[in-house]
Amino acid sequence: MIAWIIFFPLIGALINGLVFGSGLWRKVLGGDEHTERRIVSVLGCGVVLISALISSIMFLKLRLLDSAQRQTIEELFVWIPSGDFTARFEFLFDPLSCVMALVVTWISFLIHVYSIGYMHEDSAYSRYFTYLNMFVFFMLVLVLGDNFPLMFVGWEGVGLASYLLIGFWYDDPAKATAGRKAFIVNRIGDFGFILGIFLIFFVFGSVNYQEVFKRALDAGFMSTIPGVAVTAVALLLFVGAVGKSAQFPLYVWLPDAMAGPTPVSALIHAATMVTAGIYMIARCNVFYSESHTAQMVVVSVAAFTAFLAATIAVTQNDIKKVLAYSTVSQLGYMFMGVGTGAYAAGMFHLVTHAFFKALLFLGSGSVIHALSGEQDIRKMGGLRRFLPITSYTFLAGTLAISGVPLFSGFFSKDAVMGALYERGYIVHWIIALITAVLTALYMMRLYILTFEGETRMGEETKHHIHESPSSMIIPLLILAVLSIIGGYIGLPEFMGKVFGIPSGVFQGFLAPSIFIKEVGQVTHHIIGDWTLVGLSTAAAFLGIGIAVYIYVVRPSLPEEIAKNPVISSLYRGSYGKWFVDEIYDAAFVKTFVYLSRSILWAVFDVMIIDGIVNGVADIAKGAAGIVRTAQAGILRFYAAIMAIGALAILIYIVLSAR
Amino acid sequence: MESIAFYVFAALTVAGALLVVSCKNPVSSALALVLTFFSTAVLFILLLAQFIAVIQVLVYAGAIMVLFLFTVMFLNLREEALRFDARNIPIKMGILILILIVSGYFAKVGFKKAFIGAPLSHPEIFGTVQGVGEVLFRDYLLPFELTSILIVVAILGVVAIAKRRLD
Amino acid sequence: MMSISIGHYLVLSVILFIIGAYGVITRKNLIVILMSLELMLNAANIAFVAFSRQFGDMTGQVFMIMAITVAAAETAVGLAFVVTTYIYHGTLDIDVLKLLKG
Repeated sequence: MIAWIIFFPLIGALINGLVFGSGLWRKVLGGDEHTERRIVSVLGCGVVLISALISSIMFLKLRLLDSAQRQTIEELFVWIPSGDFTARFEFLFDPLSCVMALVVTWISFLIHVYSIGYMHEDSAYSRYFTYLNMFVFFMLVLVLGDNFPLMFVGWEGVGLASYLLIGFWYDDPAKATAGRKAFIVNRIGDFGFILGIFLIFFVFGSVNYQEVFKRALDAGFMSTIPGVAVTAVALLLFVGAVGKSAQFPLYVWLPDAMAGPTPVSALIHAATMVTAGIYMIARCNVFYSESHTAQMVVVSVAAFTAFLAATIAVTQNDIKKVLAYSTVSQLGYMFMGVGTGAYAAGMFHLVTHAFFKALLFLGSGSVIHALSGEQDIRKMGGLRRFLPITSYTFLAGTLAISGVPLFSGFFSKDAVMGALYERGYIVHWIIALITAVLTALYMMRLYILTFEGETRMGEETKHHIHESPSSMIIPLLILAVLSIIGGYIGLPEFMGKVFGIPSGVFQGFLAPSIFIKEVGQVTHHIIGDWTLVGLSTAAAFLGIGIAVYIYVVRPSLPEEIAKNPVISSLYRGSYGKWFVDEIYDAAFVKTFVYLSRSILWAVFDVMIIDGIVNGVADIAKGAAGIVRTAQAGILRFYAAIMAIGALAILIYIVLSAR
Repeated sequence: MESIAFYVFAALTVAGALLVVSCKNPVSSALALVLTFFSTAVLFILLLAQFIAVIQVLVYAGAIMVLFLFTVMFLNLREEALRFDARNIPIKMGILILILIVSGYFAKVGFKKAFIGAPLSHPEIFGTVQGVGEVLFRDYLLPFELTSILIVVAILGVVAIAKRRLD
Repeated sequence: MMSISIGHYLVLSVILFIIGAYGVITRKNLIVILMSLELMLNAANIAFVAFSRQFGDMTGQVFMIMAITVAAAETAVGLAFVVTTYIYHGTLDIDVLKLLKG
């Protein structure tokens, strides 16, 4: 059963790719483009829908199972039998992978449907859906695999799909470069991941989740291995997560990834691929719970990233870039959640973020589509009149991400921040709080500048504005609804008690996947639960208030502030993304290019390797030159050789006759 | 008496041979070769091969060398001959003499060991025309006839090679 | 003065043969090469006759007659070649005539 979830998208990718994407349909079979698009659309969305339905059915079945046995394992075949090391093609369907599968398949389905409308005029329609299906396939392999190598296969596969989709319009060299950047930066993280897998095998003797975690939970076994080993494993895996999920310092590819089509940004860089890192940590919760050092590292990096990204998002003018940095920031929140050991909280935020971030991206796609490709918010404004549905759904997403009460984001963010405080990460909690203010600020700014106020676009563009087709609108609406009500599955206890609503459904469901009992509160209540909630709510409204003040009430304020030298230099820094890319370029890229060109290429490749290869050829030539003289047609030479030969034979005969 | 004759004519033969390989002018070489053949003929007589000696003079020195000289002069090679082959003659000669001395010594030693005895007895007609004729036409008739075929083939070959084409 | 034995003649034969071989290898003029070839044949003939004398057997002399015949035929054909080559290529330098060059 599990296999079908995975293989339907694969079939979709194969057919879309081999028959339609390759031109077979049109050039060989003589089909027409219109039919092609129809088939591709139905097939592409259909396979994902089937996967989603199967996942849902399995979810329902899972719920009926007793908590302790809440998992299904399916093995297809033995993949790598190699002495002591065995890797199987096996799948695990337990609460954690179930949650991920549901998120991935349903949101993918919505985005596939959206893409029908968004990519309608694109000539490489079939190729797009091929890659998209392929992505879903790999993502499902990633979350449903029952061992680390299989997860890595999915990991690499989504990286590949991401590269292909970011650089989808490869005619533009800038876009192609963005794709490459994503892949390469990812690779750096993957290196850490692979080392982690090696170490896991070395320490635990297996790479299968069940076996590894069983041993990791066994106190007797754990006492035989040095604690630093587990920390090392946890940190190495985290390096992989940093690359894939765009944390500092490997986040630089995500903003550039906005070069791809907007639905791609929504799916891959908001809802699914980037969440793979959080899934991985949640899956390996055993390791992290064993190592306090690793947890500290994770939470610290996450907090720093969240804050840094938020500071950049405040000044960006490209609608997608704001959302990109926002994603980086929110991923930081998720990592903070799982980093403190509150795995359910992190996963909860993952789910709600998938809802509202996908919504926001799709909404921005709708805007871009309506404005014939304009992405600069300085050239937008007042779109609420023209694109009402887009506008209201976008607002819903904005409120959700800001953490306005009763929206989904409110509950999940609060869960994370609550965990931070309760487990003693006070400094990080403060940073998260400040970031929440910034989050609300930049999101509200984005909404206001895009949809409210006067229109700032050209007349030509204004003329063409139209609300998007239903294939794009319906997903927006569905996601908006989810963004609003999605939070109730994870209601914290104290609220549930007050309002009489069932609480902790999500956490309870997820519990069997989390092997270590979640650590209880560390900090005593200086600040009570309700106060915490109140503080986060206040942060949200503070951010919104500032944004409204600056951009609605006193629009001239930014200019006045900008005259202040401190503010303006901060602005320049923020707008320039704190020049991280430039630093990387100078420090790493230039160094490597120099090394490559001057040493590896000039010395190693040209001198040594070419030297050897050419040298062999030269030796052959030289030898041939020498031997060639024997055939030079010079008779005297022949005669001389014959004489010498005859003499030699003669001497031999004489000597042997003696 | 016999030894003096031998040494004298042997020396002449060797001298002639050396001249053949060292002269710049092919005509000189040819003439030296004639000298060599004559001396050889005398040596044959010393070896009691009268018929052979005369044949040597008639055929070798008389016909073959004439052919050589005819060709050399026909082709008018004299100027050309001076251009090449003229370098390092002393050195070449030196090397040659060296080789000769060495090999001569070894040959002498080797042959001395092998042949100590005096010549065997020979029939009365040894070396005369009658003697040659008897053996030639009795024991070696087939090879004799074959040589005639050989000569015919050679003639045909020469004509085929040297014929001027009509195209 | 020791008496002349067959050994002397054989030594002489060897010397002449070497001179002839030397000539074949060293000289560049095609005609001179042919002449050196004759020298070698001549050396062989001396050896034949010397052996014939030694063993009292006429076979050696008969064989020498055959050898002369062959030499004559070979010389004729060789010179025909020389003439043709000279007319065609304009030179008799054997280092230049590299048609066999492979």
